[in-house]
Amino acid sequence: MPRTLPPVIFVFPRCYRVMDIRDAHAIQGFVNSREISAREVAELSLARIAEADPGLGAFLACDSRRVLERAEAVDRAVRERPLPLAGVPVAVKDNISTRGICTTCGSRMLESYIPPYNATVVERLEAAGAVVVGKVNCDEFAMGSSTENSAFQVTRNPYDLDRVPGGSSGGSAVAVAAGMAALALGSETGGSVRQPASFCNVVGLKPTYGRISRYGLAAFASSIDCIGPLGNSPRDIALLLGQIAGRDPMDATSAPAPVPDYAAELDRPLGRLRLGVPKEYFGQGLDPEVKAAVEAGIRNAGRLGCDVVEVSLPHTPFAIADYCIIASAEASSNLARYDGVKYGFRVEAPEDLMDMYQHTRTLGFGPEVRRRIMIGTYVLSSGCYDAYYVRAMKVRTLIRRDFERAFGRVDALLGPVSPTAAFRIGEKAEDPLAMYHSDIYTVTAGLAGIPAVSIPCGFTGGGLPIGMQIMTNLFQEGLLLRLAQAYTREFPVVSPPLRV
Amino acid sequence: MPITRDEVLKIADLARLRFSEEELDGFTAQFQDILDYIERLRQVDVEGVEPTIHVSLPADGAPLMFREDEPRESLPVEEALGNAPDAAAGHFRVPKVL
Repeated sequence: MPRTLPPVIFVFPRCYRVMDIRDAHAIQGFVNSREISAREVAELSLARIAEADPGLGAFLACDSRRVLERAEAVDRAVRERPLPLAGVPVAVKDNISTRGICTTCGSRMLESYIPPYNATVVERLEAAGAVVVGKVNCDEFAMGSSTENSAFQVTRNPYDLDRVPGGSSGGSAVAVAAGMAALALGSETGGSVRQPASFCNVVGLKPTYGRISRYGLAAFASSIDCIGPLGNSPRDIALLLGQIAGRDPMDATSAPAPVPDYAAELDRPLGRLRLGVPKEYFGQGLDPEVKAAVEAGIRNAGRLGCDVVEVSLPHTPFAIADYCIIASAEASSNLARYDGVKYGFRVEAPEDLMDMYQHTRTLGFGPEVRRRIMIGTYVLSSGCYDAYYVRAMKVRTLIRRDFERAFGRVDALLGPVSPTAAFRIGEKAEDPLAMYHSDIYTVTAGLAGIPAVSIPCGFTGGGLPIGMQIMTNLFQEGLLLRLAQAYTREFPVVSPPLRV
Repeated sequence: MPITRDEVLKIADLARLRFSEEELDGFTAQFQDILDYIERLRQVDVEGVEPTIHVSLPADGAPLMFREDEPRESLPVEEALGNAPDAAAGHFRVPKVL
């Protein structure tokens, strides 16, 4: 591991080896060679959660007995054959279905909902030998950019406890940043993996739309939603992606494209790539420190033997509005299922059926979710449908074309992830538009369906992480992670110590 | 386009949500701000542009997935009802409709 990792390195007296709990690649090696047991790794993970999480608030559920039983099952399995994620502790965002384990989506609506089935990603994780250590906090139904919209708790940034970890996959980013899990699953619609990754100094991948099955992911905006991995190195992300990607009969939108050996893709020579820098990503609103760090990162990328050219994505200024319409429209439709009948919260003693629907939804959903349902219902209502929703789908085509044109000229695009580093808890809570704008550089890849990754590229003077974004064309995750790996290996970021 | 309190109430009704009198003015103002912001899409020339309904485009051009409509094993009734706020005799129970 290239970066300085002060607080969570464990020395095993039994085998005189050093293992970093944040290094999934190393963990699976040790567990498969049976130098360290999956149970020992799980104990370390649980101990770190017990130590750090009271101050961070990432975990909504962590059942240590269950985790240890699962780890022991992995120890038995690796006696028979090696497993690609043997013993790797993974935190799972709480909008991903886990059989028998409460899955709240950060909402009162699902406070006591216990899914009768596993998401496909969870099935695949477990088949690969990973150990799910717990469910982690998120903005309610993944709507938000700070994890403050969770109905249950505030999650704090491990580099500054007064600041947000980003969102909506804030708990996932914090779990891997603080060494409570080696890897995590998050989900993305507008930037919900990449932005918290950038705020917490970890790597976060939004894959191509359809690359990973969405079966078992609570639907928010079905034409944009993706599950995405978070970890401490592109290598670990590649390791995880290779296990969870691929067609799934349970998700008709999962892509039939074959899954490459992403780990092998990382070892191929980088070659002389052409890298594009979208000029629209460096305009007004970009914090000067973030700008300086990302510009330095782009110069570094040039030193990897790549050519850097300026490109234009001219419809970027319309992306937030476009996203707001499309995502809200789909959300209003998807969240119609929370009606107090089939599962989840129901208001007590309703007067009649309509009263039950209305009261259940009004009390069960938080303000941001209600806001988006209202926007979505409005833009889909008769008289507004063509003016807003159809127009937004056309602008989405133009945003896709911007990328198609750019990828005709360059292999990858580089830019900032978020206009600022982590903001203070409460700073944007009362201003929804300001919060939406923190996704300005990430919503575009979501709308276009292309893969994109956030990698650490520096820190502000105040000690807050800054991420750099790399985007490639559809299904080019191999190239994306190869470039990310080359960059993080050559230009490691020296981190200040964690606050927990 | 200015939005009125009555329109907000009508949308809320469609969405099966309620807003109290105290909430309504604040929400209407916030809703107006967001509508003003999304109005900017009117500046874009979309003449002749096809809408993107979905980006599900397999790299190999294969069609979307279909399967035969055959009965398969599904959740047992008890499990399907396991999270229901109210259930009886193998059914979801709701307040009286008629």
